[in-house]
Amino acid sequence: MESIGVLMAYPMNSYLEQELEKRFNLLRFWTVPEKSTFLATHKNSIRAVVGNASAGADSELIEVLPRLEIVSSFSVGLDKIDLAKCKEKGIRVTNTPDVLTEVVADLAIGLMLAVLRKPCQSDRSLGKKVGIIGLGRIGMAVAKRAEAFRCLINYYSRTEKPEIKYKYYPNVVELAANSDILVVACSLTEETRHIINREVIDALGPKGVLINVVRGPHVDEPELVSALVERRLGGAGLDVFEHEPEVPEELFGLDNVVLLPHVGSGTVETRQAMADLVIGNLEAHFLNKPLLTPVV
Amino acid sequence: MANKETQQQFSSEELPIVLVNRLPSFKLPFQDHLLSHFHLLDPHDSPETYDSFLSRHSNSIRALITVGPTPVTAEFLNLLPRLELIVGTSAGLNHIDLSACRSRGIAVTHSSSAFSEDVADCAVGLLTDVLRRISAADRFVRDRMWPVKKEYPIGFKLGGKRVGIVGLGSIGSEVAKRISAFGCIIAYNSRKKKQSVPFPFYASVCDLAANSDVLILCCALTEETHHIVNKDVMVALGKQGVIINVGRGSLIDEKELVQSLVRGEIGGAGLDVFENEPNVPKELFELDNVVLSPHCAVMTPQSFEALLELIVTNLKAFFSSKPLLSAVSIE
Repeated sequence: MESIGVLMAYPMNSYLEQELEKRFNLLRFWTVPEKSTFLATHKNSIRAVVGNASAGADSELIEVLPRLEIVSSFSVGLDKIDLAKCKEKGIRVTNTPDVLTEVVADLAIGLMLAVLRKPCQSDRSLGKKVGIIGLGRIGMAVAKRAEAFRCLINYYSRTEKPEIKYKYYPNVVELAANSDILVVACSLTEETRHIINREVIDALGPKGVLINVVRGPHVDEPELVSALVERRLGGAGLDVFEHEPEVPEELFGLDNVVLLPHVGSGTVETRQAMADLVIGNLEAHFLNKPLLTPVV
Repeated sequence: MANKETQQQFSSEELPIVLVNRLPSFKLPFQDHLLSHFHLLDPHDSPETYDSFLSRHSNSIRALITVGPTPVTAEFLNLLPRLELIVGTSAGLNHIDLSACRSRGIAVTHSSSAFSEDVADCAVGLLTDVLRRISAADRFVRDRMWPVKKEYPIGFKLGGKRVGIVGLGSIGSEVAKRISAFGCIIAYNSRKKKQSVPFPFYASVCDLAANSDVLILCCALTEETHHIVNKDVMVALGKQGVIINVGRGSLIDEKELVQSLVRGEIGGAGLDVFENEPNVPKELFELDNVVLSPHCAVMTPQSFEALLELIVTNLKAFFSSKPLLSAVSIE
């Protein structure tokens, strides 16, 4: 398998790089100064791409790699992969679900507690009403934890889930109006881009706190920044931003926010498990075995 | 303050008398609310000298509220021959001479249950912060290091961590409830094993530490628990071990803790309380694996209301000879 070219978009994990190098011809795309020349040279040997939250396989990249067979993402989010194009061309796609669910939820709660521990919030306790947008794996894990803090859980999702005992709100504005803390936990798609907009922020209000541990583009960032600066929004805990690693300067001076450098899945145990899934999926594919965590 | 005296005298026939014991810098919270239930005597609100006021009223004082950390000493108790009840407003009781109370047969009520949730939230917040490096990562971002250094050092998962709770009272139980949801494995130490509790019990804090990745201190400060976390306990906890303290600073040998942290002999610490507040050992400021909060489990609207209710309920129960709600068992 050493001749199989695996293109890695960004540095993401040294263990992953090591292991991929043992098995494949790992091409570190971030070290290449002339990217289009590089691709032209290697296009016939690149049969796999390893992406992450920062870069995956967009339409452009897929077009220039005629022998691409599989995109294996070191993330659960798929927003950097042109899924439709992959389907069209029969390119397989895998991600890393489940292994990071708990630690991302842990971080959401950790952010809530960190925001509420700030001196400017000392006249309030952990708001009892937690509104969760998206009740998938991460949303449910957040709910389970928040319940242990005696919080009341409400949610919004594309369709109501009758088997869930939490209260459903048919739209995000109403959910925000009835929450002390609003947590974004859904995946990023065209529909959910800027799901947190001015209206939602206004509904959440000057005592409300926004927590985002999923993707920056879920939030209309300039709107969020001005709401925080003007104290129209009570506070925010943010692990993700629209243009990572750039973070709006205005946030640095605020005492009502906690800002993290996209560390949602950032634990030793989790990154190892994610790396093992990427390696396992690639191996399975090239040995004609069933994929471990296929999406497409 | 003459108006208040007059107002109190109007209702003095109907309402039971309660002495307010406070250091001059501490105000009695929710005083107005209490005035509708009790005839409050506050020496600091009187034009008389403190001693004169107290001796004039001493025979009618059966109950007192001691505000925050205002001490209740044996000498003070001697001035109140008819005292039968002390109501504390803070979670801790280490400012009250409990053995003097025991010899006099004076009941003491604590208010820790009003704060338990807030203190538990604080404990878990400190733990998630230490393990996931939240405060340190926030500083990294604010220092504009993210575009420069690209990656931030990763932290540790909570799930599967063995958490040893020292003191499984109302605060310890609330902590246990919360961290169970993160998938932590819980064990505890307490004065006595609690029969109804499903977690493994360790009779010594050292044994608990040897079998834990994290220690969370939720117990009261007494003579027995002073420096209960000492060098031996820290060694038993080990190099990756984390200590969270939301009890009282003196539960830990602070000098030893600082040295162990500086030398990398333990993994990290989350501290809300210190031996000599508001002084914090400055070596701790430099350490990224240490999270410090300024005695953060303070009055929030919910605990405020819960505290008021607890105080009123205890006092009313006392004056109608009913069982107290949160009496401390003074052994």
